[in-house]
Amino acid sequence: MKLTLRVWRQRAADADGAMSTYEVDGISADMSFLEMLDTLNEELILTGEDPVAFDHDCREGICGACSLVINGDAHGPERTTTCQLHMRSFADGDTIDVEPWRAAAFPVVKDLVVDRSAFDRIIQAGGYVTAPTGAAPEAHATPVPKPDADLAFEHAECIGCGACVAACPNGAAMLFTSAKVNHLNVLPQGAPERETRVLDMVAQMDEEGFGGCTLAGECATACPKGIPLVSITGMNKEWLRATRKVSGR
Amino acid sequence: MTSEYTEFTTGEPLADHKAPAGPVGERWDTRRFEARLVNPANRRRHTVIVVGTGLAGGSAGATLAEQGYHVVQFCYQDSPRRAHSIAAQGGINAAKNYRNDGDSVHRLFYDTVKGGDFRARESNVHRLAQISVEIIDQCVAQGVPFAREYGGLLDTRSFGGVQVSRTFYARGQTGQQLLLGAYQALSRQIAAGNVEMHARTEMLDLIVVDGRARGIVARDLITGEISSHFADAVVLASGGYGNVFYLSTNAMNSNATAVWRAHRRGAHFANPCFTQIHPTCIPRTGDHQSKLTLMSESLRNDGRIWVPKAKGDTRPANEIPEDERDYYLERIYPSFGNLVPRDIASRAAKNVCDEGRGVGPGGQGVYLDFADAVRRMGRKAVEEKYGNLFDMYARITAEDPYTVPMRIYPAVHYTMGGLWVDYDLQTTVPGLFAIGEANFSDHGANRLGASALMQGLADGYFVLPATINDYLARNPGQDRVDAQHPVVQEVLAETEDRLNLLLSVGGDRTPDSFHRELGELMWEFCGMARSGSGLRKALERIPQIREEFWRRIKVPGTGEEFNQSLEKANRIVDYLELAELMCLDALHRAESCGGHFREESQTPDGEAARDDDNFAYAAAWAFTGTGEAPILHKEDLVFEYVHPTQRSYA
Repeated sequence: MKLTLRVWRQRAADADGAMSTYEVDGISADMSFLEMLDTLNEELILTGEDPVAFDHDCREGICGACSLVINGDAHGPERTTTCQLHMRSFADGDTIDVEPWRAAAFPVVKDLVVDRSAFDRIIQAGGYVTAPTGAAPEAHATPVPKPDADLAFEHAECIGCGACVAACPNGAAMLFTSAKVNHLNVLPQGAPERETRVLDMVAQMDEEGFGGCTLAGECATACPKGIPLVSITGMNKEWLRATRKVSGR
Repeated sequence: MTSEYTEFTTGEPLADHKAPAGPVGERWDTRRFEARLVNPANRRRHTVIVVGTGLAGGSAGATLAEQGYHVVQFCYQDSPRRAHSIAAQGGINAAKNYRNDGDSVHRLFYDTVKGGDFRARESNVHRLAQISVEIIDQCVAQGVPFAREYGGLLDTRSFGGVQVSRTFYARGQTGQQLLLGAYQALSRQIAAGNVEMHARTEMLDLIVVDGRARGIVARDLITGEISSHFADAVVLASGGYGNVFYLSTNAMNSNATAVWRAHRRGAHFANPCFTQIHPTCIPRTGDHQSKLTLMSESLRNDGRIWVPKAKGDTRPANEIPEDERDYYLERIYPSFGNLVPRDIASRAAKNVCDEGRGVGPGGQGVYLDFADAVRRMGRKAVEEKYGNLFDMYARITAEDPYTVPMRIYPAVHYTMGGLWVDYDLQTTVPGLFAIGEANFSDHGANRLGASALMQGLADGYFVLPATINDYLARNPGQDRVDAQHPVVQEVLAETEDRLNLLLSVGGDRTPDSFHRELGELMWEFCGMARSGSGLRKALERIPQIREEFWRRIKVPGTGEEFNQSLEKANRIVDYLELAELMCLDALHRAESCGGHFREESQTPDGEAARDDDNFAYAAAWAFTGTGEAPILHKEDLVFEYVHPTQRSYA
């Protein structure tokens, strides 16, 4: 196939950016979207142009590094990560817009690469169980009902890619934060820190400059791992409960 | 049979002086008791650098910080949560014997030594089996959502090369869940100020002062700034070197630079030719292929592997009647069937494809068929067990594995070789430790499924935090080193010169074109089957590629910016040296063992024939210069408990 790409180019965080147009030819339907970009980059290097910078690593849909807005959709037209999107989703002659995640809390580093360290700081605020190495009881000491374990797993599937933020009209990080809160708060191991976890993580989320949630639901539609929208209502419930329970906060 | 290759010299034998004598089951207790401790109040005065944040690095960083050390940690990814351990699918082994199926620490120890084809150190492997049970406890306490039974207890499944069900799992993403556990523990320590985390920062060299590892040189991948960092000990948890083959299941940016630069600075590199080719990966589709995707080994529990009996049979799978199919693993290995170890399954797939019975484009594939499983268990149960793997397969191939058999082919997946370490996980450079896939210690010549996660976490949570104390306690007041130190100045200058040279060549070939060329050469001559003549060809060709690289490489942009081409090119510099050592090691080891299959050394029925009389040792290589003959130091392997036999899975 032959395609026209309109790609966001931005030399550095503090530089102005603009869309640049490129033609690519000889693209096969079996290529992944990133392999199509590899093809473009190989050509750009040889013609002396700066190749397009984009984040990627495992290319198996699990590391969460890849992060492209394709034709206006986070991760493109299929419900998956960009690296698992294949060119068979496009047709010969298509024009494709490729942009970085757009959110105030995710500043652009270069071209299509953004800084998502705000997510790390939300986890640092309380997205863990305090269980120092060596202090663990026997694994079978606390049975966990299968429905609870499955629910925790469903939320733990979040790969921290940030598509939820990119898709949200408000640039909110509620789905990411709620996935971690729910993962740990439904498990007995997470119970002792249940209240401080949700309060501290939400406070950090607000501090990072993410927008407010209006339950538009775009986040859950874009999420490549299918974290459901009810995750957010679950976190809101946890937050209300914690606010009532923890005096003075 | 003895070694045929003469382009190296043999140095003094190497021995592990850290493993205590005595019964194997007591050695770890003895070592922990004999190891000196650092007073908790003194720990904060010690800085430890940890490179990498996968299962080994993440767990080590968190645990050392919990103990009170000041940890300075690095990863090239934008977040420590993205290290490639995250992609591990199948599970983690532990000798819990929750199934009451005859498992024990001793059986896990035995299976691992045998699975590794008797090329691992007994002391290390036994310790790994002992610690395995503590790992599960630790991970459950952190909130890792392992699969559970309806009674609320942990579920397990079986994996290749063993006959018990000891693999704990979290659907098809055990690696991600275990890594998030370690990442969360690490995040807690970052928040507490005990870990100074440098993401998007890549180690480019090791600083060795007065014979001891004292720091690293690293590049900030966003600004391009090259800086030096200092410590009382350095821990490399930078993973394996499978990407030397260009196409592998490793992440695109996984690389060998940290371990190779450490090797150049004096750390011996052990068994570099021991690479694991995983049998169940999705076949490549064309020249554009940038990486290969693994389908978890757990699929072999219920999927049946077959090819047509006739050569060149191009009928669709569903039109080939039952009696015209060859379920070759079940036929050749009736007692283990589809669950033979990875090296054996991979080689068998290659053999049937070489016979002209492979399926799919180019005949480079075999079927992994779930029709029987769907009939036996029902589609819903198959979905529950393997749903996300099937979805992934369908997305990549546009075929539905519930109705059409999967096509799979072997691909490079893991490297058993790595930096040589003693029982304390210390390399031959004092103060430099290597953990996880970066070291060579526990898997011998073939790693069993679900053992990489076990080893990474054993090293990081439990082994290193105990043994590094001993080193720090014995070296309490090392001289201060700073950026003005002449050695540091020299390492910084060398690094800058190398990057500037890459940027200044201005040739006509991209970094990827060299990487692909090297990878194809390695896959052909140092892949699933190796021969003396093939390896000699590769050894002749690699220096030519290296020479061409420095003449024709083109790296756009500058060093003072985010420059992914420069990152790649710099990693290829190291692959071009490492590849040569891998081929040399493969050539000198004129026996077959585990994943290392020498065509000249096979049994009458085509299985790997070991040569214990001549090769029952770990080969630890010392660097002498680029393209110069290295020095081989042999560590003899002594088997007191598991006596080497011809492995049999028939």
